[in-house]
Amino acid sequence: MVNAQSVPTPAHAEYRAQEADHPTSQVAMFAGDQPLPLDCGIDLAPFQIAYQTYGELNAGKSNAILVCHALTGDQHVANVHPVTGKPGWWVTLVGPGKPLDTDKYFVICSNVIGGCMGSTGPASTNPATGTVWGLDFPVITIPDMVRAQAMLIDRLGIDTLFSVVGGSMGGMQVLQWCVAYPQRVFSALPIACSTRHSAQNIAFHELGRQAVMADPDWRDGRYVEQGTYPHRGLGVARMAAHITYLSDAALHRKFGRRMQDRDLPTFSFDADFQVESYLRHQGSSFVERFDANSYLYLTRAMDYFDIAADHNGVLAAAFRDTRTRFCVVSFTSDWLFPTSESRATVHALNAGGARVSFAEIETDRGHDAFLLDLPEFFDIAHAFLVSAGKTRGLAAAGE
Amino acid sequence: MSVEQPTLPLNDVAPLTGGCYRGDHLLLAEMIAPNSKVLDVGCGDGDLLQLLETRGIDGRGIELSREGVNHCVAKGLAVVQGDADTDLVNYPDDAFDYVILSQTLQATRQPKAVLENLLRIGRRAIVSFPNFGYWKMRVQLLVGGHMPRTDNLPATWYDTPNIHFCTIKDFVQLCGEINVKMERAVALDLYGRPLRFNAPWWFWNMFGEQGVFLLSRGEKNE
Repeated sequence: MVNAQSVPTPAHAEYRAQEADHPTSQVAMFAGDQPLPLDCGIDLAPFQIAYQTYGELNAGKSNAILVCHALTGDQHVANVHPVTGKPGWWVTLVGPGKPLDTDKYFVICSNVIGGCMGSTGPASTNPATGTVWGLDFPVITIPDMVRAQAMLIDRLGIDTLFSVVGGSMGGMQVLQWCVAYPQRVFSALPIACSTRHSAQNIAFHELGRQAVMADPDWRDGRYVEQGTYPHRGLGVARMAAHITYLSDAALHRKFGRRMQDRDLPTFSFDADFQVESYLRHQGSSFVERFDANSYLYLTRAMDYFDIAADHNGVLAAAFRDTRTRFCVVSFTSDWLFPTSESRATVHALNAGGARVSFAEIETDRGHDAFLLDLPEFFDIAHAFLVSAGKTRGLAAAGE
Repeated sequence: MSVEQPTLPLNDVAPLTGGCYRGDHLLLAEMIAPNSKVLDVGCGDGDLLQLLETRGIDGRGIELSREGVNHCVAKGLAVVQGDADTDLVNYPDDAFDYVILSQTLQATRQPKAVLENLLRIGRRAIVSFPNFGYWKMRVQLLVGGHMPRTDNLPATWYDTPNIHFCTIKDFVQLCGEINVKMERAVALDLYGRPLRFNAPWWFWNMFGEQGVFLLSRGEKNE
């Protein structure tokens, strides 16, 4: 067999459909009189945002941290994922005694608008037609995601977030929060991200989208009604993307040229090499939990992201006179969002007079490093939040 | 020596004994007015920035080494990883009240350009550097015939980050060349204690282990 990817079972399709409309987490509903104004000019209404919270909001409502998830993440940051049964994607960072200490902070994480885990997106049911939105869903942007999050934060009665934290696409949201609502963000921790998506990254995303759309089972985005699913295309998209999340050194350390369950090559296109079967596994497990159309919309949102473009090309102007404390973090082997991109962000923040720290963490684990167990990174995140908390008057309550 | 030594008051130097701070750091901190905004270029582990913070000074830092930056962030300081030679050009004019270059000048590739940038970004600059004219240095080269090494500069010639050593006399000359006004000058001994301040330049150049200079922009001649 040439393609070893497992075909997702109908159970997974049902799970996905159920989570898209009726998620196993808290949901904030916004009725027709509270539309979400989108950058494309459409007012989205009604819509819903699915979210999780951890810890307790203090009396002064001064200890709320918003965690923004990356492209294929979701709101299940520190609890067992309802579809995969695996631990949350940032249990290393969020929890009691962790850098985002849930004994001390009130941690909020929402599924972004356009996602497929309960916030309104292409996998949700369009109330106007009673069928899945699919490609009828309007194209969304990172500012749209942040606008929706701000409405959720309003709903929770929180005026100023103690911190906004996130990596990759989550980091883009962090920066967008600081630009759109500077007075509502006390501190910000953007990790492995950039103020704009590079041409190379757009190119990789286009590769992924073309893989999805070339799958005959995609059916012009109407695969749900037609009972199919573009699992091959989405699997290939995920495999290509996953390579960009790693580094040559990490792949070599993990797999080298070792063979999978055999000593000699089979002279076929089976997964002879361990790295091949690893990628096939990454592709197929992703397909089980993620919606293909949602992948198209979220990659597009990242492609459109360019803070400077919204400020006449002057990035520093976006951060002028900001009061937010920043800690920018990058990783040495990240070639998707290389350190040079973070450095450009820091220069702009400095020029804008912001109070900014910047640290580059040495690791060979590539872009994915922000999701992994890296003590040096945790120390920085912890120290930054503790010192910001002292300024915010949080230390007395929690320490 | 052709350079005239400015008469510099130095009455209010903080007590330099007993504390846990480095003598030269206490001297630098004393030179800075309260509530100033300060950029420390080459801030190392952030000890000076921490000292400044205790005095209500809004400090920022640039540090080349990753370990140094990580230490600083862990202390809650606003420090950015960067290179004085290449990154200072990105800072706007008059962004800070003081820019400090402590024990870093000799490690820059273009000390003159760095010095000019310091006084463009800050209204004042404070520069401290090891004095290569220090008598122990001279003795090591003259008698020993090898590149000098001291307790404060222990690296061998082939792995030292310090590539542009100068003497106090050299630095004073450079300040004259780029029209920088010296508001205060202090020479420190091996323990970071100021030498007597009314000594002649040659004395400082011989017995100062390091020089500390408070600079401001000179009057435009043309």
